[in-house]
Amino acid sequence: MTYTSLSLTLIFVLIPLLLSKTLKLGLEKDTLIATIRSIIQLLAVGYILKFVFDAQSNIYIFLMIALMILVATLNARKKGKGIKGITWKIALTLIAVECVTQGVLLGFDIVPSTAQYIIPISGMMIGNSMVLSVLFLNRFTSEIASHQNEIELILSLGGTPKQAIHRQLMNAIKASMIPTIESQKTIGLVQLPGMMSGQIIGGADPIQAVQFQLLIIFALLTAATLSSIMIGFLSYPALFNERMQILETK
Amino acid sequence: MNTSYEPAIHFQQVSFSANDKTILQSITGSFPKGKITTLVGPSGAGKTTLLKLCNGLLSPTDGQILIDNQSISTYEPTALRKHVSMALQAAPMIEGSVFDNLALPRSLQGENLTEQEAIQYLHDVGLDQSFLLRPTNKLSGGQRQKVSIARTLINQSSILLLDEITSALDRQSVQEIETLIATINKKFNVTIIWITHNLQQALTIGHYTWVMMDGKLIETGESSLLNAPTNPRVAEFVQGVSG
Repeated sequence: MTYTSLSLTLIFVLIPLLLSKTLKLGLEKDTLIATIRSIIQLLAVGYILKFVFDAQSNIYIFLMIALMILVATLNARKKGKGIKGITWKIALTLIAVECVTQGVLLGFDIVPSTAQYIIPISGMMIGNSMVLSVLFLNRFTSEIASHQNEIELILSLGGTPKQAIHRQLMNAIKASMIPTIESQKTIGLVQLPGMMSGQIIGGADPIQAVQFQLLIIFALLTAATLSSIMIGFLSYPALFNERMQILETK
Repeated sequence: MNTSYEPAIHFQQVSFSANDKTILQSITGSFPKGKITTLVGPSGAGKTTLLKLCNGLLSPTDGQILIDNQSISTYEPTALRKHVSMALQAAPMIEGSVFDNLALPRSLQGENLTEQEAIQYLHDVGLDQSFLLRPTNKLSGGQRQKVSIARTLINQSSILLLDEITSALDRQSVQEIETLIATINKKFNVTIIWITHNLQQALTIGHYTWVMMDGKLIETGESSLLNAPTNPRVAEFVQGVSG
């Protein structure tokens, strides 16, 4: 794509700007900020990726992945403010997801061990796990708030914290995984996945694009399951003290 | 309170604070073994907090609680809660049938409750066996409270804590529950501590009464003290509730 063609795509920004102004939606400022931020962020990432790909250095690959995990952790932890130690629990979950998925992909030589493969796939796994962690924490905290009586009942009858929170924990794990499973059921029927579309537009063979997309959705399934279960089992003990009393969550 | 009775629970200068707010202040007193003691007082007096301290759902920020002359902090939490059962105000149920709820205390210990045992417990609280497989969301308020009380009996606790269990019930259900609690007290020799807003209930069912206000124990003694309180604040409270 030439820079002239790319400039012409700004028409797609002008349309919502004009409509917002005409209908007095008041979204012009936000739209402009979003456009400028996306240009700067994507160009910066583009140049960084080019530098890392050219360098083919494991240190740069490691630093890129560490940065992704850091940003994802800082973003997801906002939803688990009442849970003690939530930052390192999310970080540990994301590291585990990254290790397991890349371990299988590289260990079995499914993809080449080059930056061009490792970094984009890591981005998809970590990004997906971040969303899953946010979904889990949202659901888990609301389950606890709405079932406080039931949790207290089980504790009062001599149950352990794990027994008291079991139902809420399982509900939150299931609820956070459902979107991933549901979206896979209709994949390719309603919309073509972004990565596959990008490859096809870039001139790749559609069958090869599908193969890579399948690789990604299978890996995402593991990432989703691991994220929900790990963050769940790491989080719940922080809701109780050593006397098996439920702590107040904020 | 008459000190000739052996205390089941003794509070020694117990205070409790949460979020920089003092909820209980320097409570000292005993709950006699095998008797029914009612806790009365206006909302926000700290009655439910006091009950949760007895069951170990909360721990005192200051002072000491003795259960059977042993500090509560030396009990393993799950063992303490089996020894001191609690029926909560809302009678919360787990999803499922009456049997699932009755079996809950045993299943938490990895043990089973037989249908025959469950029927016997239902019988103890005045419900027949047709209730056994009934979903708990099909129970009336009174039936729900009876199932909740039956569930607390499964652990065969020697102390039973009741948190306003009749506050949302009709008159007939209240009478049935009162008779049931008096029977449980006599039949199983269980020490009962019962929070109630109903002073008549405190007078007729309770052997002893604690009157609490603003997190303090204001007056304590035989329930008849409610007929002639010595403390002017208690007199004002009794008059307000009765009148």
